[in-house]
Parts: sequence; structure tokens; C-alpha cells
Amino acid sequence: MADNTPAGSTTDGAIQVGGPKQPIDARVSAPASYDVADFPVPHGREEEWRFTPLARLRGLHDGTAVADGAGVRVEVTAPEGVTVETVGRDDARLGKAGKPVDRVAAQAFSSFEKASVVSIPKDAVLTEPVRIAVRGEGGVAFGHQVIEIGAFAEAVVVLDHTGDATLAANVEYLIGDGAKLTVVSVQDWDPTAVHAAQHTALVGRDASFKSVIVTFGGDLVRLHPRVVYAGPGGEAELYGLYFTDQGQHQEHRLLVDHDTPHCRSNVAYKGALQGKDAHAVWIGDVLIRAAAEGTDTYELNRNLVLTDGARVDSVPNLEIETGEIVGAGHASATGRFDDEQLFYLMARGIPADEARRLVVRGFFAELVQQIGIPDLEERLIAKIEAELEAAVA
Amino acid sequence: MATLEIHDLHVSVEAENGPREILRGVDLTVKQGETHAIMGPNGSGKSTLAYSLAGHPKYTITGGTVTLDGEDVLEMSVDERARAGVFLAMQYPVEVPGVSVSNFLRTSATAIRGEAPKLRTWVKEVKEAMERLHMDPAFAERNVNEGFSGGEKKRHEILQLELLKPKIAILDETDSGLDVDALRQVSEGVNRVRDTGEVGTLLITHYTRILRYIKPDFVHVFSAGRIVESGGAELADKLENEGYEAYVKGGVTA
Repeated sequence: MADNTPAGSTTDGAIQVGGPKQPIDARVSAPASYDVADFPVPHGREEEWRFTPLARLRGLHDGTAVADGAGVRVEVTAPEGVTVETVGRDDARLGKAGKPVDRVAAQAFSSFEKASVVSIPKDAVLTEPVRIAVRGEGGVAFGHQVIEIGAFAEAVVVLDHTGDATLAANVEYLIGDGAKLTVVSVQDWDPTAVHAAQHTALVGRDASFKSVIVTFGGDLVRLHPRVVYAGPGGEAELYGLYFTDQGQHQEHRLLVDHDTPHCRSNVAYKGALQGKDAHAVWIGDVLIRAAAEGTDTYELNRNLVLTDGARVDSVPNLEIETGEIVGAGHASATGRFDDEQLFYLMARGIPADEARRLVVRGFFAELVQQIGIPDLEERLIAKIEAELEAAVA
Repeated sequence: MATLEIHDLHVSVEAENGPREILRGVDLTVKQGETHAIMGPNGSGKSTLAYSLAGHPKYTITGGTVTLDGEDVLEMSVDERARAGVFLAMQYPVEVPGVSVSNFLRTSATAIRGEAPKLRTWVKEVKEAMERLHMDPAFAERNVNEGFSGGEKKRHEILQLELLKPKIAILDETDSGLDVDALRQVSEGVNRVRDTGEVGTLLITHYTRILRYIKPDFVHVFSAGRIVESGGAELADKLENEGYEAYVKGGVTA
């Protein structure tokens, strides 16, 4: 469903049942691999690169970006009982959630020197979040982060990206049976940062994974949140919120791979755009493989274009190989700021800038409430207000 | 005493083949305390008059004047008109997702009154106004017009009328889509505001049925973008019996 689509946007969605013409697997230029050499250098016309301005990746895609030791500083603050380790490349826990799916992620996997592993023991119920601060210091870095949560444990992890950097990274979430993990990744970069990352969650039997991706900053941010299931009964909720300003490129490419029976997924991403050459890309790939009977999935992307000159590409894809499912659906809509809403509010005496703020706050409110972490909700609302102040000024 | 004066008002909209004139010289004066019913067939321009007075950007004023106590209304932005005391109860109120009724009402009251109403008295004021309109208190936590029934939308419009206390209230087909109970309750709301004597009311309607509940001082028949006949309440009875046929012959009804 696409309504009120402004010029300069696509909402191509597709639902394919049975033997699709171009399955999601076939739309990538190379199969997943840990080795960067298995991926050709992209030229920009490949399906998975066609929306990304390669020239602004600062060499992360073609091997010319080299770690310089001044990329990012990572600080982990964890409550008692949580183990935080820095490990070498040969640690057995690395790469378990899945392989890198594009050249930049493989470059990161081939180039990092030390990885950080955060382990939450089984049955532990954390009352405080684990906080991972990734502070950009202006240079180039390749990162690897593993978050492992034992069976029936419950935890919230906040990954906070600030400062300036050219960063390619992989983040893995290994979620034990019956565990509940919420991860919030905030991209609050300086306007100069370049950040490409793959976040892969391996969701255990009857486990719950909630991902909240919040992207405000950066010159170019390209994230791949991915979910695979290790056993039946798993549940994934993927929420995202972005505010794309003038000149920014913010790209979120999701994949939920239902290859296991009786798992659920729910995806909801909302973005606002303002300013010339603001570009948001949202790709929502959901695969329901033949074995995944009893799957229940829904994905939604909504965009609110506040000014002329911004562009949205929103492409939901649902590929279904079995009819024995509970439900599957998608929705994508990109709309302009609605002049009728503006008129209604102004006709009640509310000045235009305040009316605009009310509507945008309202647009995000429902999603922000899903996060369930009050101090983060407040920070997000404050951040949205600040973005709007800048827009209205 | 507040007076809205409309003189020789001409209004056009952009159509596929260029501008199309909808209002063709409207003259009308509405004084505080008076109720004017504007009646006419579909397409005669009644709603255009309502939206033009409120300042909807779709309509271009090509001639004439509108003043409120001598102030040029046409020079004002939409929100300035509302703050000056012009209120439009809309036929099709707009949904505003994620914005609760209570937040909306308070933001609006703050803008109109020039200061935030004191929280304690405000909560009471809203609660009592809602009770009078037979609205469930849970209504305040719903998003503005989202999923509202036709009756709920109109009650919500009249709730705003009661709270914002305008000088001139324009009610655009407030009666359309209401069942008898809702029509009576909404009309009672309008009458409470009228009984203060502080509002001039412009009641735009296609049907005479709302005039059983809200007694107009003046009735104007609108056709082809102009007022073609004016009279007292008895003119509504004539329309009830004879319809608009006499007025649309030879007129433009597009």
C-alpha cells in the first residue's frame, strides 16, 4: 500500500509466493562470506548497492580505507555479573551469528584486530542496561562486537555511537533459549561520520529479541539489521526511527530469515526527512522458507517528507515458500507533511511551526512508546524536538 | 460588539483548465448574538464561503473584503484569524495521528487565550464540557479524529467551540451524518454557546432539520456562489416545503 507518494520516491514493494522470479538470495552480487576477497568491489549498479553513494563510503567498499588506530574508542559499562572481554580474531564465539553479507561487512570481518565480547550469564536478569559507548575520534576503524546472553537471562544493551569516524563493523547477538534481549543502537554521529554495519541476531528457541535502531547523525549511515532463528518459538521485534537531514544518506536494510517453524517477527520503521538531498533508504526483506510453518510476520515502513528536495526509497519484500503460516504482511507509505492537518491545527489558533512539531511528534510517538526504556524515550523525544527546531528555523 | 462584514466577496479555485470562480459577490454581515443560516443546494459554494473565511490555502480571494470589527481578515494567516475570534467547525475534521485530544485542546486553548490555562481549572473545564456533550472521558486520550465516528467528530468540533469561545462561529454542515440523538446533543452544545450572546453564528446547512433545534434569526438562500434571497426563519419553512428548485433553475450547480 502506498499513498500520497511525493515525487522523488519509490515504494516498490513485492509479495512473492512460491517460486519467485528474483529471490532475495539472488539479488545480491555474491554469497555471504567472512572473506572480503569473495566479494567483488561494488560499482554501484548491484541491487544491494544501487541506492548507496559509494564515493561517500571513504574507501570502506574498495579496500582503500585502512585502520589508523584513531578511529573509535569503545567503552563498555556493565552491571555486576556481566563479563566483558577483549579477544583476538581466533575466539570461537566470533562469527557464530552469521556471515557478512556484503563487501563492507566482510572487510570489517577481515580487518578487525580485537573484538569485544559481552556475556550475560544464563538466568541473570539485569536491572540496569549494559552500555557500550562507541566514540568516534576522526579516524578509520573496523569493529567487531559480540553480545551473548545465556538461556532465560534478560538484558537491555544500549550501543551509543557519537563523534566522527569512518567505521565498518559487525555486531552479533547470540540469544540463548528463552532469553530476552533488547538492544538499542543509537547513531548520533557528527554530520561528517561514515558508518556501515551489519547487526546479526541469532534468536534461540522461545527467545525474544527486540532491536531499536535510532539514526539521527552521520554523513552516510548504512545498517543491516538481520535476524535468523536457531530454534522454534523465537520472536523478533525490529523498530527503527530515523531523522534524515539535508545532505544525509541513511540506509537501513533489514532481513528476517524465517527458516524455522513457529517464529514471529514484527518490523516497524519510521523516518522523517527534511532538506535538500536528504536521502533515506529502507529495504525490508522477509523470507519465509518452506520449513517455516506457523510463521507470523509483519513489516511496516512509514516516511514523512517535511520539505522539498528529500528522497525516500522504501522497498518491502516478502518471499513466501509455504502456505502453512499464521500471517504475513507488509506496508510502506511515504507522505508529504499533510497540509490539511496543518490547516486544521492552525484553524484552532496554533501557529504553523508549533503545528508542524505536534504532527511530527505524533508521527513518532507510537513507535517511541514501543521502546519501553523511559530515559531513552525522553532522550529521543528531545532529539526529535531539536531536529525540528533546526528545521523550522 | 463583534461584527463580521463580508462585502462583494469573490473566490476562485484552481481547476484543471485554469481558475474557476465559485463565490461571485457575497454580501453578509453577522453580528455578535445573531444566528444566520445559510442554505443552498450542493455545489452552490456554501462550504467555499466557510473555508475562505477561515483562510484555507486552496481558495484564492479575487475580490471583495472581509473584516472583523474593522480588521482585515483576509490579510491574516489561518492561525491569526482563529486567534482574532473566527472559528470554523469543519464538515470533515482531519485526523492527526499521535496527537491526543487533550494535548490538542490544551495547545489550542493556550494559543487562543494567549496563555496556558491553569491545569486544575482546565481539567475541570474540559471534563464538564465533555459531559455536557455526552462524551466518554476516555475520549480525551484518543488521537485527534482518528477512528472517530461521524457523531464523535462533530461533538469534538462543538467541544472546541465551547472551549475556545470565538466571536464568530462558522458551522459547516455540522448536522450532516448525525442521527437524531447526536443532532440534538450537538445542537444543544451550539445553543449553550449562542445563549451567552457573545457569538455570531453562521450555520451552513443543506437540510432544514437542524433548524428545529437551532433557531436562526436570518435565513439566506445560497445559489451559484451568491446569496439570492434573505429572510427570517419563515424562509426555512418555505425551503422545507418547496426545496431549492426555484433557485437553481438557470443557476450553476456544478
